[in-house]
Amino acid sequence: MSSHLFIILPIVIPFTVAVVTLLLRKAPQIQQWVNLTGMLALMAVSVNLLWLVHVDGIQATTFGGWAAPFGITFVADHLAAIMVLSGALMGLAISLYGMAEMDKERIAFGYYPFMNMLMAGVIGAYMTGDLFNLYVWFEVLLIASFVLMALGNTREQLTADIKYVAINLVSSLLFLGGVGLIYGITGSLNMAEISLLLAEVESPALITTIAMLFIISFGIKSAIFPLYFWLPASYHTPPPTIMALFAGLLTKVGVYALIRVFTLFFTYDVGYTHTLLLWIAGFTMVSGVLGAAIQTDFRRILSFHIVSQIGYMIMGLALFTPVALVGAIFYIVHNQLAKTNLFLISGLANRLEGTFTLKKLGGLYAVYPGLAVLFVISSFALAGFPPLTGFWGKLVLAIGALETQEYIILAVALLVGMMTMFSMAKIWMYGFMPGTESNRANATSDDHTLLGMGNGASGTPYVTSPVMMYIPIVLVALLIVAASVFFGPVYTITEQAALELLDPSLYIDAVLNP
Amino acid sequence: MYTLILRTAAKLIVPLLLLFSIFILLRGHDEPGGGFIGGLIAASAFALLAAAFGTQPARRALIANPLELMSVGLAIAFVTGLFPLLLGQPLFSGLWVEFTLLGTAIKLGSPIIFDVGIFLLVVGTVLTVVFELDTDGISFFPSEATVDARGPTRTQP
Repeated sequence: MSSHLFIILPIVIPFTVAVVTLLLRKAPQIQQWVNLTGMLALMAVSVNLLWLVHVDGIQATTFGGWAAPFGITFVADHLAAIMVLSGALMGLAISLYGMAEMDKERIAFGYYPFMNMLMAGVIGAYMTGDLFNLYVWFEVLLIASFVLMALGNTREQLTADIKYVAINLVSSLLFLGGVGLIYGITGSLNMAEISLLLAEVESPALITTIAMLFIISFGIKSAIFPLYFWLPASYHTPPPTIMALFAGLLTKVGVYALIRVFTLFFTYDVGYTHTLLLWIAGFTMVSGVLGAAIQTDFRRILSFHIVSQIGYMIMGLALFTPVALVGAIFYIVHNQLAKTNLFLISGLANRLEGTFTLKKLGGLYAVYPGLAVLFVISSFALAGFPPLTGFWGKLVLAIGALETQEYIILAVALLVGMMTMFSMAKIWMYGFMPGTESNRANATSDDHTLLGMGNGASGTPYVTSPVMMYIPIVLVALLIVAASVFFGPVYTITEQAALELLDPSLYIDAVLNP
Repeated sequence: MYTLILRTAAKLIVPLLLLFSIFILLRGHDEPGGGFIGGLIAASAFALLAAAFGTQPARRALIANPLELMSVGLAIAFVTGLFPLLLGQPLFSGLWVEFTLLGTAIKLGSPIIFDVGIFLLVVGTVLTVVFELDTDGISFFPSEATVDARGPTRTQP
């Protein structure tokens, strides 16, 4: 078997599962198992891909055998392989969880095909080496996400979906405009060749203009300040499984795209573009965490925290040193694990108690101590409590900030970390600690009818036991602990990714001189 | 909505459109055309049938369920693209067979199978949407009741 196969498999597998589940339209229970098998296989090939990249360097293949600058290239460098692996991990955890959470109606209306198309779109976006193809993968994942968000047809979901669709169409339009301008200047869509050709362009102002288009477009997708308002307005409406899928994958693709273009293309006016990114990072962190402070709904708090955490990733990119980039990449992975797990926990709490409202949840600790432990692990990781992953991510970013003497962003980052702790403590106090037991008794009676439609719990899943929902949560929590304990090897791999990003010639060589 | 003109014309045009769609599908091999355009033309033939006779007769004429056409088409196109991977070539590489039959050199390739898949996919997708438009009370399509063998039931004197 040639390496073509292994590079392309991470996209082929979800696509195959999408096709097969589409053919098995009338056998939803078999779909579940096909999907799970697919996710396990995806996990295996993603590990294999990372291994391949780590041992043999950057891998590239083309579609249809058309040589590099002309055909569509697929490239796996360390960053792409890491992202694919962590995406596959999310897919697996969410598939396990979905088996006990996703209701029969949504499955009958094509949850599994769309979920797998979303996965294929996300992984395609990570791996493509062609700028227009990146746009295409973005469309694939967006259209799948439009459907997933509306799946179930509740009024709340449709309202959210309209906002989400509208803003994303604007974003895609700007992206397409940027691609058009780049093609106009360089005459190429191959990302490696564009990187070479942009170096010869004589008007840097034009390149910076295009960079701004990309910041806005990917900024909307990744929910940075001041373009994030769609996210807290829409993410809490679909059922927890879909919410977790979005939280784990969608915004991260935007961040990935930002990292990719601001290390491969727009490195000629770092003083301007990356300083702007640094400001954006600071404001994103602060506004996200402040937004979370006034919320009292489990899901809404988490939605705002997605925004604030994006700030850390952008901060790493903006500082633009090897250490800071390591921080950014590690932070993406850490955030996928911790944030997705918190969303899964919120869904489980909702399953057990029938509400997402913190004040009505009260006293979970007394009834479900296991869930409380899992929440503590994930939320401490998110807030950056040593020795969990968030701490390492923030530590590396802080070192990056110290090295470049950006003390203001350092202060902001640490302060926001503290306030994240405050938010998590709020969930803990209201949701898990006893003492609000009386509220809870009063609340639950009318609560089921109130929230029965809105939170996606309108139907029943195939597996009704909530024990099944614990499995992925425990799995991800263990991974968080493992990544914290074995931070050394994780750092080594992430560092490779950062070094590759800072030396685009490696990427260009792998694509153009295979 | 029932019109005699549309029904008469549809009877003539639909077979032509279907033939033309297959012509375009095959023409796409070397010249402008292909599965996507061919599929759109074929879908428009069935949409015309639906507009003239109602969606139920159009569904019967299509025989297959459009949703299934869609999935099968996607599967055909995708499997064609996968096949070269097993031979160690990049995804979606064209595979070709050349042979001589009765003195004529014939070249057969996988792209045509891919195009057939796309053809079915497009027909399925478009017709899923078109037929779905007929679910409400007020409809652009004639309802089955008005399209029996003797023509429309007259509601006005």
